[in-house]
Amino acid sequence: MIIKTLSEIKSSEITKETHFKNRRKLIKAAAASTAGLLLPDISQAAKAYINVPIGKYSATLGVTDFEDAANYTNYYEFTTNKTDSTVLARGLKTTPWSVTIEGEAEKTGTFQLEDILKNNLLEERIYRFRCVEAWSMVVPWIGFSLGKMLKQFKPTSKAKYVEFTTLYDPDIMIGQRSKVLHWPYVEGLRMDEAMHPLAFMATGMYDDILPNQNGAPLRLVVPWKYGFKSIKAIVKIRFTEKMPLTAWNRSAPNEYGFYANVNPNVSHPRWSQSRERILGASIFTPKRQTEIFNGYGAHVAKLYAGMNLSKSI
Amino acid sequence: MSRKTFWTISKVIFFILSLTPFLLLLYGVITDQLGANPIETLHFSLGDWALRFLCLGLAITPLKKITAIKELIRFRRMTGLFAFFYASLHFLVYIGLDLSFSLEQFIDEVPKSPYIIVGLFTYSLLIPLALTSTKGMQKRLGRQWQQLHKLVYLAAISAVVHYLWLVKLDLTEPLIYAALVFLLLGFRVIEPVFRKKYRAN
Repeated sequence: MIIKTLSEIKSSEITKETHFKNRRKLIKAAAASTAGLLLPDISQAAKAYINVPIGKYSATLGVTDFEDAANYTNYYEFTTNKTDSTVLARGLKTTPWSVTIEGEAEKTGTFQLEDILKNNLLEERIYRFRCVEAWSMVVPWIGFSLGKMLKQFKPTSKAKYVEFTTLYDPDIMIGQRSKVLHWPYVEGLRMDEAMHPLAFMATGMYDDILPNQNGAPLRLVVPWKYGFKSIKAIVKIRFTEKMPLTAWNRSAPNEYGFYANVNPNVSHPRWSQSRERILGASIFTPKRQTEIFNGYGAHVAKLYAGMNLSKSI
Repeated sequence: MSRKTFWTISKVIFFILSLTPFLLLLYGVITDQLGANPIETLHFSLGDWALRFLCLGLAITPLKKITAIKELIRFRRMTGLFAFFYASLHFLVYIGLDLSFSLEQFIDEVPKSPYIIVGLFTYSLLIPLALTSTKGMQKRLGRQWQQLHKLVYLAAISAVVHYLWLVKLDLTEPLIYAALVFLLLGFRVIEPVFRKKYRAN
Protein backbone atom coordinates (compact mmCIF):
# COMPACT_ATOMS: atom_id res chain seq x y z
CA MET A 1 0.00 0.00 0.00
CA ILE A 2 1.21 3.44 -0.84
CA ILE A 3 0.65 6.06 1.78
CA LYS A 4 -1.54 8.75 0.28
CA THR A 5 0.31 11.73 1.67
CA LEU A 6 3.43 10.46 0.03
CA SER A 7 1.93 10.73 -3.43
CA GLU A 8 3.24 14.28 -3.47
CA ILE A 9 6.71 12.89 -3.95
CA LYS A 10 7.60 13.60 -7.51
CA SER A 11 8.61 10.67 -9.62
CA SER A 12 11.62 12.76 -10.67
CA GLU A 13 12.86 12.60 -7.11
CA ILE A 14 12.90 8.82 -7.27
CA THR A 15 14.48 8.73 -10.68
CA LYS A 16 17.24 10.97 -9.45
CA GLU A 17 17.95 8.63 -6.58
CA THR A 18 18.38 5.71 -8.97
CA HIS A 19 20.65 7.87 -11.02
CA PHE A 20 22.88 8.51 -8.00
CA LYS A 21 23.02 4.84 -7.23
CA ASN A 22 24.03 4.05 -10.77
CA ARG A 23 26.61 6.76 -10.65
CA ARG A 24 28.08 5.33 -7.47
CA LYS A 25 28.07 1.85 -8.95
CA LEU A 26 29.77 3.19 -12.07
CA ILE A 27 32.47 4.77 -9.96
CA LYS A 28 32.90 1.57 -7.94
CA ALA A 29 32.98 -0.54 -11.09
CA ALA A 30 35.53 1.80 -12.61
CA ALA A 31 37.67 1.59 -9.50
CA ALA A 32 37.42 -2.20 -9.42
CA SER A 33 38.33 -2.64 -13.06
CA THR A 34 41.24 -0.24 -12.75
CA ALA A 35 42.55 -2.35 -9.92
CA GLY A 36 42.21 -5.29 -12.25
CA LEU A 37 40.08 -7.42 -9.98
CA LEU A 38 36.36 -7.97 -9.83
CA LEU A 39 35.37 -9.54 -6.56
CA PRO A 40 32.49 -12.03 -6.73
CA ASP A 41 29.26 -10.74 -5.23
CA ILE A 42 28.68 -13.01 -2.26
CA SER A 43 26.59 -10.45 -0.36
CA GLN A 44 23.24 -11.71 -1.65
CA ALA A 45 23.73 -15.30 -0.54
CA ALA A 46 24.72 -14.40 3.01
CA LYS A 47 21.66 -12.26 3.76
CA ALA A 48 19.41 -13.40 6.59
CA TYR A 49 16.03 -12.05 5.54
CA ILE A 50 15.67 -12.38 1.78
CA ASN A 51 12.12 -13.75 1.71
CA VAL A 52 10.42 -11.44 4.17
CA PRO A 53 7.12 -10.13 2.77
CA ILE A 54 6.59 -6.40 2.33
CA GLY A 55 4.10 -5.25 4.93
CA LYS A 56 1.44 -2.58 5.02
CA TYR A 57 2.36 1.12 5.06
CA SER A 58 5.44 0.64 2.95
CA ALA A 59 5.93 3.52 0.58
CA THR A 60 7.28 3.04 -2.89
CA LEU A 61 10.10 5.49 -2.43
CA GLY A 62 13.61 5.65 -3.68
CA VAL A 63 15.49 3.69 -1.05
CA THR A 64 18.72 5.15 0.35
CA ASP A 65 21.91 3.28 -0.52
CA PHE A 66 22.78 0.72 2.17
CA GLU A 67 26.26 2.21 2.44
CA ASP A 68 24.81 5.59 3.31
CA ALA A 69 22.25 4.29 5.80
CA ALA A 70 24.86 2.10 7.48
CA ASN A 71 27.70 4.61 7.68
CA TYR A 72 25.99 7.74 8.88
CA THR A 73 24.57 6.93 12.29
CA ASN A 74 24.07 8.82 15.51
CA TYR A 75 25.06 6.33 18.16
CA TYR A 76 26.38 8.36 21.07
CA GLU A 77 26.86 5.17 23.12
CA PHE A 78 29.95 4.70 20.96
CA THR A 79 30.87 8.15 19.62
CA THR A 80 29.36 11.41 18.48
CA ASN A 81 30.99 10.85 15.08
CA LYS A 82 28.54 9.43 12.53
CA THR A 83 31.02 7.30 10.59
CA ASP A 84 33.32 6.10 13.38
CA SER A 85 30.32 4.38 14.97
CA THR A 86 30.46 1.72 12.24
CA VAL A 87 33.83 0.46 13.44
CA LEU A 88 33.37 1.12 17.16
CA ALA A 89 30.05 -0.77 17.33
CA ARG A 90 31.61 -3.94 15.91
CA GLY A 91 32.61 -5.05 19.39
CA LEU A 92 29.03 -5.25 20.60
CA LYS A 93 27.90 -8.84 21.19
CA THR A 94 24.29 -9.16 20.09
CA THR A 95 23.80 -12.89 20.82
CA PRO A 96 22.59 -14.05 23.22
CA TRP A 97 20.31 -11.08 23.90
CA SER A 98 17.49 -10.76 26.36
CA VAL A 99 14.86 -8.15 26.97
CA THR A 100 13.40 -7.45 30.40
CA ILE A 101 9.72 -6.55 30.59
CA GLU A 102 8.77 -4.55 33.68
CA GLY A 103 6.01 -2.48 35.20
CA GLU A 104 2.28 -2.34 34.59
CA ALA A 105 1.81 -5.62 32.77
CA GLU A 106 0.66 -9.13 33.66
CA LYS A 107 3.50 -10.91 31.94
CA THR A 108 6.78 -9.47 33.15
CA GLY A 109 10.25 -10.97 33.36
CA THR A 110 13.29 -11.51 31.21
CA PHE A 111 12.82 -13.02 27.76
CA GLN A 112 15.31 -14.27 25.24
CA LEU A 113 15.21 -12.31 22.00
CA GLU A 114 14.81 -15.50 19.96
CA ASP A 115 11.66 -16.36 21.93
CA ILE A 116 10.25 -12.90 21.26
CA LEU A 117 11.04 -13.33 17.57
CA LYS A 118 9.21 -16.69 17.48
CA ASN A 119 6.00 -14.99 18.52
CA ASN A 120 6.18 -12.14 16.03
CA LEU A 121 5.79 -12.37 12.29
CA LEU A 122 8.55 -10.64 10.39
CA GLU A 123 7.74 -8.19 7.61
CA GLU A 124 9.50 -5.47 5.67
CA ARG A 125 8.52 -1.83 6.02
CA ILE A 126 10.00 0.83 3.80
CA TYR A 127 9.87 3.94 5.92
CA ARG A 128 11.12 7.44 5.65
CA PHE A 129 13.47 8.39 8.50
CA ARG A 130 13.92 12.06 9.46
CA CYS A 131 16.62 13.11 11.91
CA VAL A 132 16.23 16.16 14.15
CA GLU A 133 19.46 17.39 12.53
CA ALA A 134 17.50 17.94 9.29
CA TRP A 135 18.68 15.01 7.18
CA SER A 136 16.56 12.12 5.99
CA MET A 137 16.72 8.72 4.38
CA VAL A 138 14.41 5.91 3.27
CA VAL A 139 15.13 2.56 4.90
CA PRO A 140 13.71 -0.91 4.21
CA TRP A 141 13.42 -2.21 7.78
CA ILE A 142 12.77 -5.83 8.71
CA GLY A 143 10.87 -6.43 11.94
CA PHE A 144 7.44 -6.64 13.46
CA SER A 145 4.62 -4.50 14.78
CA LEU A 146 5.48 -2.94 18.14
CA GLY A 147 1.86 -2.93 19.30
CA LYS A 148 1.30 -6.62 18.60
CA MET A 149 4.45 -7.47 20.48
CA LEU A 150 3.57 -5.32 23.48
CA LYS A 151 0.10 -6.86 23.74
CA GLN A 152 1.67 -10.27 24.34
CA PHE A 153 2.87 -8.99 27.72
CA LYS A 154 -0.71 -7.99 28.65
CA PRO A 155 -0.23 -4.38 29.81
CA THR A 156 -2.74 -3.41 32.52
CA SER A 157 -5.08 -0.42 32.46
CA LYS A 158 -2.47 1.47 34.49
CA ALA A 159 -0.02 1.32 31.59
CA LYS A 160 -0.23 4.80 30.07
CA TYR A 161 3.27 4.93 28.66
CA VAL A 162 5.95 2.54 27.57
CA GLU A 163 9.61 3.18 28.32
CA PHE A 164 12.54 1.65 26.42
CA THR A 165 16.12 1.40 27.67
CA THR A 166 19.34 0.78 25.73
CA LEU A 167 22.09 -1.52 26.96
CA TYR A 168 24.52 0.08 29.43
CA ASP A 169 27.99 -1.38 28.98
CA PRO A 170 30.73 1.27 29.07
CA ASP A 171 33.42 -1.40 28.53
CA ILE A 172 32.13 -1.89 24.99
CA MET A 173 30.02 1.21 24.50
CA ILE A 174 32.92 3.56 25.05
CA GLY A 175 30.85 6.67 24.41
CA GLN A 176 29.05 5.92 27.67
CA ARG A 177 32.27 6.75 29.53
CA SER A 178 31.73 10.41 28.72
CA LYS A 179 28.79 12.35 30.07
CA VAL A 180 27.40 13.79 26.83
CA LEU A 181 24.03 12.23 27.72
CA HIS A 182 22.70 10.60 30.86
CA TRP A 183 23.23 6.84 30.44
CA PRO A 184 21.61 4.47 29.76
CA TYR A 185 19.65 6.02 26.90
CA VAL A 186 15.93 6.05 27.59
CA GLU A 187 13.08 6.66 25.18
CA GLY A 188 9.34 6.40 25.49
CA LEU A 189 5.96 6.52 23.80
CA ARG A 190 2.46 7.14 24.95
CA MET A 191 0.54 3.83 24.96
CA ASP A 192 -1.67 4.83 22.01
CA GLU A 193 1.42 5.82 20.01
CA ALA A 194 3.09 2.51 20.80
CA MET A 195 -0.05 0.62 19.77
CA HIS A 196 -0.29 2.44 16.46
CA PRO A 197 0.26 0.02 13.57
CA LEU A 198 3.02 2.23 12.10
CA ALA A 199 5.19 1.82 15.22
CA PHE A 200 7.72 -0.87 14.46
CA MET A 201 10.40 -2.99 16.10
CA ALA A 202 13.28 -3.71 13.75
CA THR A 203 15.74 -6.56 13.84
CA GLY A 204 16.99 -6.09 10.31
CA MET A 205 17.31 -3.81 7.32
CA TYR A 206 18.11 -4.24 3.63
CA ASP A 207 17.19 -7.97 3.74
CA ASP A 208 19.74 -8.66 6.44
CA ILE A 209 20.13 -8.44 10.20
CA LEU A 210 20.74 -4.94 11.55
CA PRO A 211 24.34 -3.78 11.44
CA ASN A 212 25.48 -3.11 15.01
CA GLN A 213 25.75 0.64 14.39
CA ASN A 214 22.12 0.72 13.24
CA GLY A 215 20.88 -0.63 16.57
CA ALA A 216 21.29 -4.41 16.51
CA PRO A 217 19.83 -6.65 17.63
CA LEU A 218 16.58 -4.84 18.41
CA ARG A 219 15.60 -1.23 17.82
CA LEU A 220 12.50 0.89 17.66
CA VAL A 221 11.34 2.64 14.48
CA VAL A 222 8.76 5.41 14.82
CA PRO A 223 8.67 6.93 11.33
CA TRP A 224 6.59 10.03 12.15
CA LYS A 225 8.95 11.14 14.91
CA TYR A 226 12.51 12.47 14.82
CA GLY A 227 15.13 9.73 14.65
CA PHE A 228 16.32 10.02 18.25
CA LYS A 229 13.01 8.48 19.39
CA SER A 230 13.93 5.29 17.53
CA ILE A 231 16.06 3.86 20.34
CA LYS A 232 18.70 1.23 19.62
CA ALA A 233 19.93 -2.01 21.28
CA ILE A 234 16.90 -2.31 23.57
CA VAL A 235 17.34 -4.36 26.75
CA LYS A 236 14.36 -3.20 28.79
CA ILE A 237 10.74 -2.31 28.16
CA ARG A 238 8.74 -0.90 31.06
CA PHE A 239 5.04 -0.07 31.16
CA THR A 240 4.43 2.98 33.31
CA GLU A 241 1.70 5.27 34.52
CA LYS A 242 3.89 8.37 34.30
CA MET A 243 5.53 9.93 31.27
CA PRO A 244 9.10 8.58 31.05
CA LEU A 245 12.00 11.03 31.32
CA THR A 246 13.68 10.47 27.97
CA ALA A 247 17.42 10.97 27.35
CA TRP A 248 17.41 14.00 25.07
CA ASN A 249 14.50 15.61 26.86
CA ARG A 250 16.44 15.27 30.10
CA SER A 251 19.62 16.81 28.69
CA ALA A 252 18.03 19.75 26.83
CA PRO A 253 14.30 20.05 27.63
CA ASN A 254 13.84 23.29 25.67
CA GLU A 255 15.27 21.70 22.52
CA TYR A 256 13.96 18.13 22.61
CA GLY A 257 10.50 17.26 23.85
CA PHE A 258 8.89 13.95 24.73
CA TYR A 259 6.79 13.84 21.57
CA ALA A 260 9.41 14.89 18.97
CA ASN A 261 6.93 14.58 16.11
CA VAL A 262 8.39 15.68 12.78
CA ASN A 263 7.02 19.16 12.20
CA PRO A 264 8.33 21.63 9.61
CA ASN A 265 6.41 24.45 11.28
CA VAL A 266 8.13 24.19 14.64
CA SER A 267 11.81 25.08 14.48
CA HIS A 268 14.44 23.67 16.71
CA PRO A 269 15.57 26.59 18.93
CA ARG A 270 18.81 26.74 16.92
CA TRP A 271 17.80 25.72 13.41
CA SER A 272 14.92 25.47 10.97
CA GLN A 273 13.08 22.17 10.53
CA SER A 274 11.29 23.16 7.33
CA ARG A 275 13.65 21.29 5.00
CA GLU A 276 15.79 18.18 5.02
CA ARG A 277 18.94 17.00 3.29
CA ILE A 278 18.47 13.63 1.54
CA LEU A 279 21.30 11.24 2.38
CA GLY A 280 23.19 10.03 -0.67
CA ALA A 281 22.01 12.89 -2.85
CA SER A 282 24.55 14.76 -4.95
CA ILE A 283 25.88 18.07 -3.72
CA PHE A 284 23.69 19.95 -6.22
CA THR A 285 20.39 18.44 -5.05
CA PRO A 286 18.33 21.00 -3.16
CA LYS A 287 16.92 20.06 0.22
CA ARG A 288 13.40 18.66 0.22
CA GLN A 289 10.47 20.17 2.03
CA THR A 290 9.81 18.38 5.32
CA GLU A 291 6.26 17.09 5.74
CA ILE A 292 4.26 17.23 8.94
CA PHE A 293 4.50 13.91 10.81
CA ASN A 294 7.12 13.06 8.17
CA GLY A 295 4.35 12.40 5.64
CA TYR A 296 2.42 10.01 7.88
CA GLY A 297 -0.12 12.59 9.03
CA ALA A 298 -3.11 10.80 7.50
CA HIS A 299 -2.39 7.91 9.84
CA VAL A 300 -1.16 9.52 13.03
CA ALA A 301 -2.45 13.12 13.21
CA LYS A 302 -5.54 11.91 15.08
CA LEU A 303 -3.34 10.78 17.99
CA TYR A 304 -2.61 14.42 18.71
CA ALA A 305 -6.06 15.95 18.15
CA GLY A 306 -6.56 18.95 20.41
CA MET A 307 -2.89 19.16 21.36
CA ASN A 308 -0.86 22.29 20.74
CA LEU A 309 1.90 20.92 18.54
CA SER A 310 4.15 23.94 19.00
CA LYS A 311 4.00 23.51 22.79
CA SER A 312 4.09 19.71 23.05
CA ILE A 313 7.32 19.35 21.14
CA MET B 1 71.57 27.76 0.67
CA SER B 2 71.26 31.42 1.46
CA ARG B 3 68.90 32.55 4.15
CA LYS B 4 66.75 34.22 1.54
CA THR B 5 66.36 31.10 -0.63
CA PHE B 6 65.56 29.06 2.49
CA TRP B 7 62.64 31.29 3.38
CA THR B 8 61.39 31.49 -0.21
CA ILE B 9 61.34 27.70 -0.46
CA SER B 10 59.64 27.50 2.95
CA LYS B 11 56.94 29.83 1.72
CA VAL B 12 56.30 27.73 -1.38
CA ILE B 13 56.07 24.57 0.74
CA PHE B 14 53.74 26.31 3.17
CA PHE B 15 51.52 27.42 0.28
CA ILE B 16 51.25 23.89 -1.10
CA LEU B 17 50.54 22.43 2.35
CA SER B 18 47.87 25.05 2.99
CA LEU B 19 46.16 24.26 -0.28
CA THR B 20 46.20 20.50 0.33
CA PRO B 21 42.96 20.28 2.37
CA PHE B 22 41.17 22.06 -0.46
CA LEU B 23 42.62 19.71 -3.09
CA LEU B 24 41.68 16.66 -1.01
CA LEU B 25 38.11 17.91 -0.64
CA LEU B 26 37.92 18.65 -4.35
CA TYR B 27 39.12 15.12 -5.05
CA GLY B 28 36.48 13.83 -2.63
CA VAL B 29 33.75 15.72 -4.50
CA ILE B 30 34.86 14.48 -7.91
CA THR B 31 35.16 10.85 -6.85
CA ASP B 32 32.06 10.94 -4.63
CA GLN B 33 33.92 9.93 -1.49
CA LEU B 34 32.55 12.45 0.97
CA GLY B 35 30.08 10.02 2.54
CA ALA B 36 26.32 10.02 2.91
CA ASN B 37 26.07 13.77 3.46
CA PRO B 38 28.74 15.33 1.23
CA ILE B 39 27.53 18.92 1.70
CA GLU B 40 27.88 18.57 5.45
CA THR B 41 31.34 17.02 5.09
CA LEU B 42 32.45 19.88 2.83
CA HIS B 43 30.84 22.54 4.96
CA PHE B 44 32.25 21.33 8.30
CA SER B 45 35.67 20.59 6.91
CA LEU B 46 36.01 24.02 5.27
CA GLY B 47 34.85 25.67 8.48
CA ASP B 48 37.41 23.71 10.48
CA TRP B 49 40.21 24.80 8.16
CA ALA B 50 39.13 28.44 8.24
CA LEU B 51 39.31 28.34 12.03
CA ARG B 52 42.64 26.51 12.02
CA PHE B 53 44.22 29.12 9.74
CA LEU B 54 42.74 31.90 11.82
CA CYS B 55 44.39 30.40 14.91
CA LEU B 56 47.64 29.81 13.06
CA GLY B 57 47.63 33.44 11.90
CA LEU B 58 47.18 34.58 15.48
CA ALA B 59 50.02 32.32 16.58
CA ILE B 60 52.61 33.89 14.28
CA THR B 61 53.34 37.02 16.29
CA PRO B 62 53.67 35.13 19.61
CA LEU B 63 55.90 32.54 17.92
CA LYS B 64 58.04 35.25 16.42
CA LYS B 65 58.45 36.90 19.80
CA ILE B 66 59.21 33.66 21.63
CA THR B 67 61.63 32.24 19.07
CA ALA B 68 63.05 35.59 17.89
CA ILE B 69 62.84 34.34 14.28
CA LYS B 70 61.76 37.52 12.59
CA GLU B 71 61.13 35.87 9.19
CA LEU B 72 58.04 34.16 10.61
CA ILE B 73 56.14 37.38 10.08
CA ARG B 74 56.42 36.79 6.33
CA PHE B 75 53.95 33.94 6.68
CA ARG B 76 51.27 36.05 8.33
CA ARG B 77 49.63 37.46 5.21
CA MET B 78 49.44 34.08 3.49
CA THR B 79 48.03 32.41 6.59
CA GLY B 80 45.39 35.11 6.94
CA LEU B 81 44.48 34.86 3.28
CA PHE B 82 44.12 31.09 3.57
CA ALA B 83 41.80 31.61 6.54
CA PHE B 84 39.77 33.93 4.29
CA PHE B 85 39.93 31.44 1.40
CA TYR B 86 38.54 28.58 3.51
CA ALA B 87 35.99 30.86 5.19
CA SER B 88 34.82 32.02 1.73
CA LEU B 89 34.38 28.44 0.53
CA HIS B 90 32.62 27.58 3.80
CA PHE B 91 30.25 30.51 3.19
CA LEU B 92 29.78 29.59 -0.50
CA VAL B 93 28.95 25.98 0.32
CA TYR B 94 26.29 27.19 2.75
CA ILE B 95 24.74 29.72 0.37
CA GLY B 96 25.19 27.80 -2.87
CA LEU B 97 24.89 24.13 -1.97
CA ASP B 98 23.03 24.01 1.32
CA LEU B 99 20.56 26.76 0.42
CA SER B 100 20.81 26.28 -3.38
CA PHE B 101 21.17 30.10 -3.73
CA SER B 102 17.55 30.41 -2.62
CA LEU B 103 16.72 33.76 -1.03
CA GLU B 104 13.51 32.24 0.31
CA GLN B 105 15.46 29.58 2.19
CA PHE B 106 17.97 32.15 3.41
CA ILE B 107 15.19 34.30 4.86
CA ASP B 108 13.52 31.26 6.40
CA GLU B 109 16.61 29.63 7.91
CA VAL B 110 18.99 32.37 9.00
CA PRO B 111 16.77 34.14 11.56
CA LYS B 112 16.05 30.74 13.14
CA SER B 113 19.74 30.00 13.62
CA PRO B 114 21.67 32.31 15.91
CA TYR B 115 24.89 30.45 15.12
CA ILE B 116 24.51 31.19 11.41
CA ILE B 117 24.05 34.89 12.18
CA VAL B 118 27.28 34.78 14.19
CA GLY B 119 28.98 32.94 11.31
CA LEU B 120 27.91 35.58 8.80
CA PHE B 121 29.10 38.28 11.19
CA THR B 122 32.49 36.56 11.47
CA TYR B 123 32.82 36.37 7.71
CA SER B 124 31.89 40.03 7.31
CA LEU B 125 34.78 40.92 9.65
CA LEU B 126 37.23 39.00 7.48
CA ILE B 127 36.30 40.75 4.23
CA PRO B 128 37.91 44.17 4.98
CA LEU B 129 40.98 42.40 6.30
CA ALA B 130 41.41 40.40 3.09
CA LEU B 131 40.79 43.50 0.95
CA THR B 132 43.46 45.50 2.77
CA SER B 133 45.98 42.70 2.94
CA THR B 134 48.21 43.95 0.11
CA LYS B 135 51.51 45.71 0.76
CA GLY B 136 50.17 48.78 -0.98
CA MET B 137 47.16 49.01 1.30
CA GLN B 138 49.35 48.39 4.31
CA LYS B 139 51.53 51.37 3.39
CA ARG B 140 48.63 53.61 2.44
CA LEU B 141 46.73 52.98 5.67
CA GLY B 142 49.77 53.12 7.94
CA ARG B 143 48.74 53.25 11.56
CA GLN B 144 45.09 52.73 10.66
CA TRP B 145 46.04 49.40 9.09
CA GLN B 146 47.26 48.13 12.45
CA GLN B 147 44.04 49.29 14.08
CA LEU B 148 41.85 47.76 11.37
CA HIS B 149 43.59 44.42 11.50
CA LYS B 150 42.87 44.10 15.19
CA LEU B 151 39.43 43.02 13.95
CA VAL B 152 40.94 39.57 13.57
CA TYR B 153 40.80 39.21 17.38
CA LEU B 154 37.06 39.74 17.31
CA ALA B 155 36.73 37.42 14.32
CA ALA B 156 38.51 34.63 16.17
CA ILE B 157 36.23 35.01 19.17
CA SER B 158 33.06 35.08 17.10
CA ALA B 159 34.24 32.11 15.01
CA VAL B 160 34.53 30.08 18.20
CA VAL B 161 31.11 31.25 19.39
CA HIS B 162 29.69 30.22 15.99
CA TYR B 163 31.14 26.74 16.46
CA LEU B 164 30.11 26.35 20.11
CA TRP B 165 26.55 27.37 19.34
CA LEU B 166 25.91 24.89 16.56
CA VAL B 167 27.09 21.73 18.33
CA LYS B 168 24.31 19.49 19.62
CA LEU B 169 25.94 18.19 22.77
CA ASP B 170 29.58 17.24 22.51
CA LEU B 171 31.46 20.51 23.03
CA THR B 172 34.96 19.01 23.13
CA GLU B 173 36.24 20.29 19.78
CA PRO B 174 34.90 23.85 19.92
CA LEU B 175 36.20 24.10 23.49
CA ILE B 176 39.70 23.17 22.30
CA TYR B 177 39.55 26.07 19.82
CA ALA B 178 38.14 28.33 22.52
CA ALA B 179 41.10 27.51 24.77
CA LEU B 180 43.54 28.09 21.92
CA VAL B 181 42.05 31.48 21.04
CA PHE B 182 42.04 32.40 24.71
CA LEU B 183 45.76 31.60 24.96
CA LEU B 184 46.64 33.44 21.74
CA LEU B 185 44.76 36.56 22.71
CA GLY B 186 45.91 36.26 26.32
CA PHE B 187 49.51 36.34 25.15
CA ARG B 188 48.90 39.76 23.63
CA VAL B 189 47.64 41.10 26.94
CA ILE B 190 50.34 39.57 29.11
CA GLU B 191 53.39 39.92 26.88
CA PRO B 192 53.66 43.77 27.01
CA VAL B 193 53.44 43.62 30.82
CA PHE B 194 56.33 41.15 30.96
CA ARG B 195 58.31 43.15 28.45
CA LYS B 196 57.98 46.29 30.57
CA LYS B 197 59.12 44.45 33.67
CA TYR B 198 62.03 42.96 31.81
CA ARG B 199 63.09 46.37 30.59
CA ALA B 200 62.71 47.91 34.04
CA ASN B 201 64.97 45.26 35.46
